[in-house]
Amino acid sequence: MHIPDGYLGPATCGFFYLVMLPIWTIASKIVKKTLSVKQVPMLAIGAAFSFVIMMLNIPIPGGTTGHAVGAVIVAILLGPWAACIAITVALVIQALLFGDGGITAIGANCFNMAFVMPFTGYYIYKAISYKTSVGSKRRVVAAGIAGYVALNIAAGLTGLEFGLQPLLHHTASGQALYCPYGLKVALPVMLGEHLLVFGWVEAVVTALVIKYLQKNSPELLMELSLRGRSPKQSRF
Amino acid sequence: MKTITKLWIGLGALVALSPLGLFFPVYFKAGSAWGEWGADEMQKLVGYIPRGLEKFSRLWSAPLPDYAFKGWENKSLASLSLAYIFSAAVGILVCVGVVYLLAKLLSKK
Repeated sequence: MHIPDGYLGPATCGFFYLVMLPIWTIASKIVKKTLSVKQVPMLAIGAAFSFVIMMLNIPIPGGTTGHAVGAVIVAILLGPWAACIAITVALVIQALLFGDGGITAIGANCFNMAFVMPFTGYYIYKAISYKTSVGSKRRVVAAGIAGYVALNIAAGLTGLEFGLQPLLHHTASGQALYCPYGLKVALPVMLGEHLLVFGWVEAVVTALVIKYLQKNSPELLMELSLRGRSPKQSRF
Repeated sequence: MKTITKLWIGLGALVALSPLGLFFPVYFKAGSAWGEWGADEMQKLVGYIPRGLEKFSRLWSAPLPDYAFKGWENKSLASLSLAYIFSAAVGILVCVGVVYLLAKLLSKK
């Protein structure tokens, strides 16, 4: 799902940078206000977890590969704005140091995986687990569904961004300048492979981490606002 | 043991297991991720290299391209696995460093 350099035209790249700028600004402000110093290690673990889980490529035999993103589990544990920061850090490092995802596409990749994905996942989890106790089974199911749906929405958006390119940019003779596959190919392929395979990986990862934390550290699953912070505690 | 310590250990385990993300696609003969082909692959797929793609695909030269060392494209899977573990460790350390740096910057008024 990491769009490389050269697949999106300048207009699309610029558009998503412009969309992400205010989102990153708001995210920094909200994280500064709401996250306590004690949560900084969790934020670091969130970014690192997302980074390494994206390296675990899962094959479709004879076909292509994909991976989980980890954005939903980070959003459940730290809130969607903090997750936006954590996943952005992972994606920027992947682009700059490892050439995974293009530098011109950082805006688009962050919009798909660091903004839309943690937010949709977080609110789906909240809606399904509404008013259940921290240890309830419904939360495990909610996490799985949230992971599955959110990864597929992100994949669908990626397909949409790829698929618009031949419409937006082509030569007089009809050759594409950037991604050559249109909506009829890019959208069903990106959605299909994630609906069939990679979405389930995200679902299992998200649900398992919730199950593990229910057993070992249920306080991490409590409402962010109820996690017993004293006003004296230092914050950002 | 504190949960946070266990989570760090879990991350370490994921780094050690990361070469699986390299092995499985090779074993099951899976190619590149969809939409992440290099320019030569694109030539094979659609018969030409889109002009803009060719220009921009060389825009950035990452220090550890594809989680390996430069010029390691034809190394054995064993060598590539070591590079993959090294890349995972470097990536995690940089992630942690950047988050702590951001936290420091944000905590200043």
